[in-house]
Amino acid sequence: MATGEFAGHLPHAHAAPQGFIRKWVFSLDHKVIGLQYYFLALTAVFVGMLLSLLMRIHLIWPNLSLPLIGEIKPETYLSLLTMHGTIMVFFVLTTAPQGGFGNYFLPIQIGAADMAFPVLNMLSFWVTFLAFVVLVAAFFVTGGAPLHGWTGYPPLSALQSAGTGQGLGADLWVISIALFCLGALMSALNFITTTLDMRAKGMSLMRMPLTCWAWFITAILGLLAFGVLLSAGILLLLDRNAGTSFYVPLVVVNGQVAAHKGGSPLLWQHLFWFFGHPEVYIAILPAMGLCSQLVSVFSRKPIFGYKAMVYAMLSIGILGFMVWGHHMFMSGMSPYTAFAFSVMTMAIGVPSAIKTFNWLGTLWGGKIRFTPPMLFAIGFVSLFVSGGISGPFLAQPVLDIPLHETYFVIAHFHLIMGVASIFGIFAATYYWFPKMFGRMMNERMAQIHFWVSFVGTYAVFMPMHYYGMAAALRRYSQSTEVAYMRDLLPLQQFITAAAIVTIAGQFVFLFNLFWSMKYGKQASDNPWEATTLEWTTATPPPHDNFAGRTPVVYHGPYEYSVPGAPNDFVMQTDPAMEKVSH
Amino acid sequence: MSNFSSTLDVSTLPSESRGGIALPFESRLRRARLGLLVALVGIVMIFISFTSAYVVRQGLPTLDPGTNTLVRDWFSVRLPSLLLLNTIVLVISSGSMEAARRQALRGTRNGSKNGLSWLALTVLLGLSFLIGQWAVWQKLAASGMYLSTNPGSSFVYLLTGAHAVHLSGGILALLAACGATLLRREAESRAVVVDVAAWYWHFMAVLWVYIFCLLKFAR
Repeated sequence: MATGEFAGHLPHAHAAPQGFIRKWVFSLDHKVIGLQYYFLALTAVFVGMLLSLLMRIHLIWPNLSLPLIGEIKPETYLSLLTMHGTIMVFFVLTTAPQGGFGNYFLPIQIGAADMAFPVLNMLSFWVTFLAFVVLVAAFFVTGGAPLHGWTGYPPLSALQSAGTGQGLGADLWVISIALFCLGALMSALNFITTTLDMRAKGMSLMRMPLTCWAWFITAILGLLAFGVLLSAGILLLLDRNAGTSFYVPLVVVNGQVAAHKGGSPLLWQHLFWFFGHPEVYIAILPAMGLCSQLVSVFSRKPIFGYKAMVYAMLSIGILGFMVWGHHMFMSGMSPYTAFAFSVMTMAIGVPSAIKTFNWLGTLWGGKIRFTPPMLFAIGFVSLFVSGGISGPFLAQPVLDIPLHETYFVIAHFHLIMGVASIFGIFAATYYWFPKMFGRMMNERMAQIHFWVSFVGTYAVFMPMHYYGMAAALRRYSQSTEVAYMRDLLPLQQFITAAAIVTIAGQFVFLFNLFWSMKYGKQASDNPWEATTLEWTTATPPPHDNFAGRTPVVYHGPYEYSVPGAPNDFVMQTDPAMEKVSH
Repeated sequence: MSNFSSTLDVSTLPSESRGGIALPFESRLRRARLGLLVALVGIVMIFISFTSAYVVRQGLPTLDPGTNTLVRDWFSVRLPSLLLLNTIVLVISSGSMEAARRQALRGTRNGSKNGLSWLALTVLLGLSFLIGQWAVWQKLAASGMYLSTNPGSSFVYLLTGAHAVHLSGGILALLAACGATLLRREAESRAVVVDVAAWYWHFMAVLWVYIFCLLKFAR
C-alpha cells in the first residue's frame, strides 16, 4: 500500500454491485463509467479513422472501386467527411479526455468515493452511447449519411430535398447531436458539483492537480455551450420536419421553390459557433491539464507557475466564448465586428503562450524521464505550438478569407485540436493504464507508436499547409479536374502515404493496449513515483477508491525534488513533510 | 508512513448506503441544491439561445419574390387570454410548493411525515397549467396559427412547448416526492427531493413569467 494519511471512513454513495449487468453494464461506479466512455471513444476513433482513410484513398485514386463500398462518388465523399468530423469531434475528442479519464480520475484525485450523482453519471454515458448508435445508423438508412459537414450549415442541412443523405440520414445526425448534448450537460453537472462539493479535507482548489482544474473548467464550458447547440439543433429539426423557417430563407432547390422563407442561415452559424469555439477548448483543455501533470511528474520538478496555469486555463475558457465570429469572417460580417473578433482571438495567444512557456520552464533543468506518457506529453506541446502558430494567421480576416476554404484550415485545426488532443489521450492512457488495469503497457511498442504517430502527424499535416497556401480547396472530392490542383497531386499522394503509415502505427497501440491488460508487467501502486491521490490507493482502485478511508491532503500536487525529503517527491497525503512543503 | 485511522470496508455498509444516506442531511441537501443550481445554468443557456434566435429572427427582413423587395414577415401573435390565467395558476402553484418544502424541512426536525397535501395540490396545479397550455395551443390552431404559419407563431409554440417539457420534468420529480411520502421513506431523504423539486419549480414559474412577458411585450 502506498503512503498517505487518511481520516475516518468514506461514506460511499452506493455499495459494490455483484452481478455482471450492474457491475459492468449499468454501473454506477465512476471508474467503470470512465472505462465505458473510453472504450466508446476507442471504437469511435477507429471508425472515424477508417472514414479518413477512405477519403485519403479517394483523393488520389478517384476511380478506384473498393471492396464492399464500391466507387466513392462525390456525395459519398461528403458523407464520409461529415461523419468523420462529427465522430471525431463529439465521440472522440469530447468523450475520451473528459468522459473517459475525467470520470475515472477526477473523484480519485480530489479524494472522493464517486461522482456526486452516480445515477446521472450512468445516464449520461448511456445517452452518449445511444447518440453514437443513432449517428452510425445514418450510414444504413435510405439515402445514407448526411453531407452537410460536421458544422451542419443550413440551408443544406435544413432541407430534406437538398441532396442524398439529407433525408433521414440528416435527421439522425441532428437527433444524435441533440442526444449528445443532453449527455454532455448531465456529465458537466456531475463534474462541477463533484469538484466543488466532494474534495477531501485539505484539498483546497489551489491544491487540486491541474488535471482536475482542466476537467472542472471544461465542464463549465460544456455546461454553457452544449445547451446552445441543443437549442440550435431543436430549431434545425423543426425547420427540417415541421415547416418552420428559422434558418431557411427563400430558396430554390432543384428548380423548385422550397416551402420556407425569411429564415437566416447565419442564425445557425452564430448559435453553432457559440458552441463550436468553446468546443475546441472542451477538446484541448483536458489534454493541457494532463500535459502539465506529466511534464511535472517526469521532469521531477514542481510545475512552473501553478497559479498562472490555472488562470491561463480560466482565461482561455472565458475568451473562448468571445471569439466565435472568427469562424464566420466569410459570412459578410461588418469589418468592425470582424476586427473585434480578430483581436479577441489573438488575445487567446497570451494565455496559450503562458502555458507553453510554463511547460518549457518546467522541462528546463529537470531530470527528465522519457517514459511513453512523457513522450506523448512533449509531443502534445510540439503539436500545440505548431498548430497554434497558424491560429493568429487565421484570426486575421484579410488572411482568413483567402485561406478559409483551403487545406490550410484543415491542417491548422487537425494539428491543434485533433491530433494534439489525441496525443493527450495517448499520454493519459500510458500514464494511467497501470492504475486502471494493474499492469504496465509495453514500453518498446509504446515508443514505436509514439515515433510513428509523431513523425506521421507532421508528415500528414505540414504539407497540407503548403497545399492550402497553393489555394487547394477543401471539401472537394477530386482534385484531378482542376489544373492547378492536379499539379499538386504528388503532395496529396505523399499525404495519403503518410496517413496510411500513421494509421498502421495506431494498430501497434491497439495491440499493446489489449496485450498489456493480460501480459503486461505487474504494476506497483505508484510506478511513476507521482504525488497525487490516485497513486495512494490500491491498483486497480477498490470500488470506493480508498478502501473505506478518507484521504487528508497536506500538500500541493507537484512536490518534486523537495529539499530535505527522503525521496524526490512528497505525496499529497504525507503529513510528515508538511513543514518543508512550499 | 501509512497512517490509517479506519479499516472499514464499504461493502459492509448497510444497504441504505445506496443513495448517499450515509452522508449527513445538510451535506446531502447542499450537494443536491448545488447540482440543481448547475442544472439551472444549463437550462438558462437553452432559453437564452431561444431568446437570441427570437430577437434575431424578429428583426430579419425577407425577400418578397412578387415585388423583389425586402419585407418583414413577422406577424404579432395575439395570445389567448387563457395564457394569463395559466400564468396565475403556475404562480399559485409556486406558493403551494413552497409550503410543501417548508413542511418537509420541518419534518426532518420533528419527525412529522405529513406534507402530501401540499405536494398533491402542486401537482394538480401543475397539471392544470399544462392542460391550460394545451388549450392555448388548441385556440391558436383554431385561429389559424400553427407552428409553421409564421415565425411569430413558431416561437410561441417553441417557447411554450420547451417550457412545458421542462415543467413536466418537475411534475415527475413531485410525483417521486409524493411516492417517497406514501412509501414512508425516511424524512430526510424526502426533504431533499422536495426541497430540490421546489427550487426547480420556483425557477419554472420565474422562467414562465419571463417567457410570457417576452411573448406578450416583445411581439
